Amino acid sequence: MTLRRTPLFDRHVAAGAKLVPFAGWEMPVSYAGVRQEHLAVRSGCGVFDISHMGEIETAGPQALELLQRLLSNDVSKLEVGGAQYSVLCRDDGGIIDDLFTYRLGEQRYLTVTNAANHDRDLAWFREHSESFDAEPIDAIDRWAMLAVQGPRARAAAEGLFAGGLPARMRAATLALDIGGAEGAEALVCGTGYTGEDGVEILCSPQAAPALWDALVAAGSTPAGLAARDTLRLEVCFPLYGNDLSTGRGPIAAGLGWCCKEESGFIGSEAVAAMRERGPAEKLVPFVLTGPGIPRQGNQVIAGAEPAGVVTSGTLSPSLEVGIGLAYVHTGLAEPGTEVEIDVRGRRRPARIKSKPLYSKG
Amino acid sequence: MAAEETYPEGLKYHPEHDWARIDGDEATFGITWHAQDALGEVVFYEPPEVGATIAKDSTYTEVESVKAVSEVYAPLSGEVLEVNQKVVDGPELINEDPYGDGWLARVKLLDPAEADELLDVNAYRELLAD
Repeated sequence: MTLRRTPLFDRHVAAGAKLVPFAGWEMPVSYAGVRQEHLAVRSGCGVFDISHMGEIETAGPQALELLQRLLSNDVSKLEVGGAQYSVLCRDDGGIIDDLFTYRLGEQRYLTVTNAANHDRDLAWFREHSESFDAEPIDAIDRWAMLAVQGPRARAAAEGLFAGGLPARMRAATLALDIGGAEGAEALVCGTGYTGEDGVEILCSPQAAPALWDALVAAGSTPAGLAARDTLRLEVCFPLYGNDLSTGRGPIAAGLGWCCKEESGFIGSEAVAAMRERGPAEKLVPFVLTGPGIPRQGNQVIAGAEPAGVVTSGTLSPSLEVGIGLAYVHTGLAEPGTEVEIDVRGRRRPARIKSKPLYSKG
Repeated sequence: MAAEETYPEGLKYHPEHDWARIDGDEATFGITWHAQDALGEVVFYEPPEVGATIAKDSTYTEVESVKAVSEVYAPLSGEVLEVNQKVVDGPELINEDPYGDGWLARVKLLDPAEADELLDVNAYRELLAD
């Protein structure tokens, strides 16, 4: 299969990025170095090419009703110019994807999908749209997507638009005010995946290189997917394919907060039943109390017994210890609980923590 | 800062991308430029125990980057005399100076004749070119 390239591919090559296949795309995993990029986002500003992410636009008189049926959150609470996180569930409550949805107009919504799930999500949207007067439109080729993240992200992005940036969890359509892309419309969203302030920007593929250049010129450090992963893990944002899957539901994943069962979404009965009886296991963050790096698939041990599985693990660049997310038996999920992680045959002492693992001190 | 690609003369190379600098009946081990480049920024090295016996062609430690783990093979058999504590404290030394400050272990050789089975720099370069 030929790998797809984002409109910023040439920029990545020129910046000396290490490119890797990711969900069918050829993506920059790092540029100058993961740790350096990570710390740049924590202390200044980083820019990520996330154009591999998919978009589905849902439009029509019953767009709200359709999304209310599909998405776990209460979509009726989403105002024009707002953003909302939700999961997409199967009938049995298994998670198909986790998504941000932006309301663009009275009858227009844009949902951002994970690259690896886009086709499946789109098929699911279409399959369930038949009884609604609303149409899910594949918008993946219409949008490039950049994330600008860090304490200086807003300052870096501010001058590039004709108009002020949206607040956190808000979205605004703004015209670009930069050479090479004057007047091009962008959807600017006060969201992100790093735990830092900043914006995510959707723009046309044609406008993306000029926007990238302007953000870099404004002091943003190009940052790759590896830093995006360590950043999100430090603040305990789950990653689909690691921490979220069709085999587990949102209650076990700690995403009960974005499930409003009374809205009647597909899977709401299964989610309500799980909330009622309590899950057998929970997704929890942990830190290693000694040396080592936990990895996806490592077993969690309590006493001599298997007690769970690591779904994400890394060495935290900010905390300089091994960290991770693991599904553990509910009885072990309390912060402070001591467990061990079997890292390729070596038992590494670990402690269950509360979220987030990293916060600004 | 990552080092430039180099493969010094005078070292013996193992096809699993490890090197040995032999000095009488002792040798120093490390990983080659190619190995550290494939791995990316090294963030963790847990050394073998001093006094442990390590066997040629078997793994004696692992080095890890943010995304990957790489097993490190002993190019020769020996007893560990010393491990590089500087690399334990600053694993990025493996990237910065893979043949110098980034060495991993110093051993007393059990069978110095084993060195004849290792590659010289030209043979190792040929292996990389394949």
